[in-house]
This record gives sequence, structure tokens and C-alpha cells, in this order.
Amino acid sequence: MAKMNLLQAINNALDTAMAADDSMICLGEDVGKFGGVFRATSHLQEKYGKARCFNTPLTEQGIAGFAIGMAAQGSTAVAEIQFADYIFPAFDQIVNEAAKFRYRSGNEFNVGSLVFRTPYGGGIAGGLYHSQSPEAYFCHTPGLKVLMPSNPYQAKGLLLSAIRDPNPVLFFEPKRLYRASEGDVPEEDYEIPIGKAEVVRNGSDITLLGWGAQMTEMHKAADKAAEEGISCEVIDLRSLLPWDVETVANSVSKTGRLVIAHEATHTGGFGGEIAATIQQECFLSLESPIARVAGLDTPFPLAHEKEYLPDYLKVYEALVASLNY
Amino acid sequence: MTSASDVKPNLMHKAQFIEGHDLPIPTLSILNADGSIQAGAEAPEMDHETAIKLYRNMVYIRVLDERMISAQRQGRLSFYLTCAGEEAAVTGSAAAFSMNDMIMGQYREQAAIRWRGFTTEQFMNQLLSNEDDLGKGRQMPVHYGSNELNFMTISSPLGTQIPQAAGYAYAQKLQGNQACTLCYFGEGAASEGDFHAGLNMAAVLNCPVVFVCRNNGYAISTPAEEQFKGDGIAPRGVGYGIKTIRVDGNDILAVYTASIEARRIALENNEPVLVETMSYRLGAHSTSDDPSGYRSKDEEDKWREKDPIERMQNWLQAKGWWNGEEEKAILEGYRKEVLDALKRVEKKPMPSIDELITDVYDTPPAHLQKQYAELKEHIAKYPENYPVAGGAKHG
Repeated sequence: MAKMNLLQAINNALDTAMAADDSMICLGEDVGKFGGVFRATSHLQEKYGKARCFNTPLTEQGIAGFAIGMAAQGSTAVAEIQFADYIFPAFDQIVNEAAKFRYRSGNEFNVGSLVFRTPYGGGIAGGLYHSQSPEAYFCHTPGLKVLMPSNPYQAKGLLLSAIRDPNPVLFFEPKRLYRASEGDVPEEDYEIPIGKAEVVRNGSDITLLGWGAQMTEMHKAADKAAEEGISCEVIDLRSLLPWDVETVANSVSKTGRLVIAHEATHTGGFGGEIAATIQQECFLSLESPIARVAGLDTPFPLAHEKEYLPDYLKVYEALVASLNY
Repeated sequence: MTSASDVKPNLMHKAQFIEGHDLPIPTLSILNADGSIQAGAEAPEMDHETAIKLYRNMVYIRVLDERMISAQRQGRLSFYLTCAGEEAAVTGSAAAFSMNDMIMGQYREQAAIRWRGFTTEQFMNQLLSNEDDLGKGRQMPVHYGSNELNFMTISSPLGTQIPQAAGYAYAQKLQGNQACTLCYFGEGAASEGDFHAGLNMAAVLNCPVVFVCRNNGYAISTPAEEQFKGDGIAPRGVGYGIKTIRVDGNDILAVYTASIEARRIALENNEPVLVETMSYRLGAHSTSDDPSGYRSKDEEDKWREKDPIERMQNWLQAKGWWNGEEEKAILEGYRKEVLDALKRVEKKPMPSIDELITDVYDTPPAHLQKQYAELKEHIAKYPENYPVAGGAKHG
């Protein structure tokens, strides 16, 4: 075990994967000598050479298409999109190409050895173009897998799984936690299964469900509730596509109540999909309507970032309202 | 051969390939470093007053940038990004256009909006996201914009303004505005798909737009040689059938001369023009960046010797239009003006929390009004946790 922050865990996962797989390549804007603007690819060029870790020209659609080509050839491609806010020029390549490569060819070809890593989320005074959480757009795309870790241990284990999964994966990294989240991380190679949620706190009164940076707020809300004698079960979804219906449904069947929180805007957010499925699965167990705590339906603000974000107080208020329903 | 139906194709009977560098692109250069005019070159027509205005604009931006970098280090603003080294490329081009022409920039062109009259107070309002910021405190620092000054509000995503500028110019032409669009971007942004789409459409649809590519050698840490293999950006303009010129971006007379001519061509012929200004990003990409990780101090020093401001100052002094005392006076004046404005503006409140839901649409729809009402109820319950909404200063 070693103490690592989330960024070091990602760097360690990339290093581990590159050492184990000679065909693996890391590419993206500034990822070479500089090691990426957040330094997630630090020292990888030094260690594995310029051919396997390199700067690309400044073109997200180019990066995505290039990575798809490498993966189609059978190499392992891990592409960095500098900010999730800048993934949209690559949308066509990811949604129409990567996601449909296997299906449209009748499995003659696939781009399974492909991962897009990208920092997402607010809380860094980044305004509307350095704060977005675009996961729902991609969860609406069959053929992709979507992962969002919330701590260093998950980041390494899930990224290694993503790299080795035989399907294209989008890996959203909570940049607010890059240095803020620290924890013990095994130095050896390990994987965390995709599609499995983690029950991070057992409780009986209500279920709180989140992912990524939002988990920090969930824990704080559960702590505040505990002071009032409320027992929260906290679940970290980790994997959004596919997502672990069974774990969430089992929990909600037990507690009878569910609060879902995400930074992304309310309307069309992934919380809606979860709410619809859980009311189907747990209809007779539900004691109150499933609550969603989300960003407002506006672009991500700057001056009023704090008011906009779904924080622990908003989660707390939602869980109290659910209990008092 | 421009299409398959050409009657007289230009044929050859041996396979000969054109090398990437077979198209020689010269660089327009007028001013020597010492302020003298290059042999065979001619200074543009520029009266005393205009010359001083150009020079003062560059010095102002250098001072603003230096002061704001210090202010950022002191924690007085969250982020900043300088124009250092490219003041001539931006000032010299912006000055060649009329106020009716639209400017659509990237984010390193504060010298262009200053040229049009953006005040120190307006800069500070945007940088501190306060209630007087024209952008209502919604974007990170340096994302300026002003309808009054015909300066389109900056967007962080790179290259998006390039096809937009072509469309804007096309509409100007159709409306008979007698105006064109000036579009700035960097050599890094020219790798985006939008660059290629924008230049091609501008050419095909005969749009009166002048594209100014600021080739400053770096896109964050990525040097130009890892950005493209060809001879810079200029040959791409030729490839799209666009009149193209490359200029020494540290030579304000060359930039101004080329830009005056570029605007004339765009307006008279209704066609796009590409100007590539060769310069160097003297500072970091932004306050979030540290160039010591990817380039040498020697390299930076070499470019510091080619400083565009000093070069113009030498020319002005040689003409007897400028002296050391005037230099000292404007430096002191600008420093004081910027710091006084910063102190004053720091006391202004943040935009009202009501602005959280305005301008998403022309009017806030019912679902958003409902969300906002719930938010206000929540804030009223925990006012100490949301100090900005309570009308306090930005935390």
C-alpha cells in the first residue's frame, strides 16, 4: 500500500497498464513531456518513449478518431481530453463511431481497447467551460461504458478495468478531488469490476446515491443526518453504464427511500434514469418519492458556483424532506 | 484543375510529388529592432497621433498584464492570461479595422478590445466577476465582450469562432453593412476541425472576413513543431483558395500594413484573407501554467530581445515622436490607473443571485423559476453557508 492522491493513482494505473501491455499508448493535448495540464501522465513519456506517450495537435475530434483507429488495429489507446467541457468536438467520433464500431460491422471489427479519460466537474472556479459534468450525454449511447471514480483506490482499480475491458470506456475524473482526495492504494495491479456499485456506509432509514466528487457531499450529509439520529445507507455508483440496479434496488427495498445527487443539471440528468428504474423495481417498498438533488438547469455559473452546486446541505434537506413525507 | 469538368487539365506524365515545403511563404518585415526601416521597405502612412495611440495601447496592455499577474499571485483574482509578446500582432491588426467591423477573438486579444475603448474599470469588473461585469460574472477572467464595441464575448472552447466569423461576415455582406469581421485565433486552435470548416466556408461563400492567426509558438506546452508539420498556418490559407500573407508579428508597422490591405481586400472583393503573425508567447499560457517544465529560459530570452514594444519605441524615438520622460509618465500613469481601479472595483458586490437563472433563455421558463424559488428557500435557511448570495463580496 502507498498513500496516493487521486491524480497519482491515475498516473500509477497508466504506468501499471503500460508496463503490462506493450501496445498501450497514451495520447492527448500536452500529455507528453509536460505530463498533461493536471500531470496525470507525468513521466510516462520519459519511461515509455515518445512513440507511446505523446502530445497531439489541438483537436479533440482528431484525438478521438486517431485513438479509435489505433484501437481498431488492436493496440490499446488511452486518450486524454483535457477537460470534459472540450469533449464535444469529439462527440461524433465517440458516439457515432466508437460506440457503434462493433455493432455495425457484425463484430468484424471493434474498438474495445479504447479509453477516453477526462477531468470533469465544478468547484474550482472554472466557470461554464471548465466545470461541466457531461456524463448523461454518453450514458444515452449504447456501446459505451461510463465510469466515474470518487477516490484514489477506485481510480486506479477502475481505470485498469477500463483499459482492459473489451469495450470503449469513458472515464470521468473528478478534478476537484485530484489532489484533495488521498488514500491507501495498492502498488500492485488490481481491478475493480465495472457495473458494480459500492455500499460505502450501511444504514437503515434512507439510501443516498451518488458518484464521483459528489460522494464527498453525500458523506457529509450522512454525518449531519447521523447527528439527528438518522441512519443513511450511502452508495457510490462508480459505474454509470452499465449501472448496478441490484445493489441500489436491494438497498432501497430495505430503506424505502432514495436520494440521488449529481452535479450535472437536473433535466435529463442520469438521476432521472435511476429514479425511473428504481420506482419500477421497488414500487411497493417506497415510502416517499425518489428525490433528486442536482445542478440547476442553467449553464455552469462562476460567481454563483456555490449556490448552484448540489452540496451536503441540499442533500441533507432532501433526505429530511423524504423522511418527513 | 479545380473540378472534374475542367477542359484543360494541367497534366504531367511522370509521377512527381509536391513537397510539403515547396510553397515558399515570405514574411513581411518593415521595422528593424533598432527602429530603422528595412532596406527596400516602406513605413505605412501613419500620422503622429495614430502612431502614439498604437504605442500607448501596447504599453497599457503590458502594464495591465503585469499588474494582473501580481494581483493573481496575491489571490485577488482567480486566474489571468497575458498577451505579452503579442501586443503588436493584436494592436496592429485591430487598429486597421473600423468600429463597425466585428471582432471575434480567442482569449489573448485584450489589446484589441482596449483599442476599441474598453476601460480599465470594465477590465476589472470582468476580472473580478462583479455586478458591473458586462458578462454578469459568468465566465472566468479574460473572457471579455462588449456589444457596444463590436467585440463578441470570448468563449473558452478553441476555434469555435472561426466558422462563426465566416457566417457573421456573410450576413454583414448580405445586409449591405459595408463592414467585415476580424477573427483571431492561435496556431494551436488552427488544428481544430472548426478552423478547416471555417476557412473553407469563408472561401466558398465569399465572406468578407479577415482571419488573423497569432502563431506564437506554443499551445500551452505543445510547441509548434508538434502542432503541425507544414510551414506554419499560411499555406493552409492558400490551400483553401484564400489570399494569404505572413508578417513579423513583433513588427507593428508590418502587421498594420498587412492588416489595412487585408481589410481593403475583404471589403472591396467580398472575400476572406488570412494573415499569419509570427511571434512568441513570452509569458506562461496562463497563471495555471509553468513553462519551465517544457521550454528553456534561453529560448525565452532570445525572444525578449525581439520585444515588439521596444521596437516601436525605437522607431518613435528615431522620428522624434517619443522620449524617455513621456515613457516614464505613461508607465507610471497606467500603473496607477490599473491599481486604483483594482482597489475600487474590489469593493463592488457580486452580481445578484437573481442572475443565476437569467439569460439561459430570453426569459426563465417555469421549470427554472421553480428550481430557483426552491434554491432561494434553501439559502434563506442556511444564509451563512452561501455568503455571495447574501450580498457579500466574492469569497
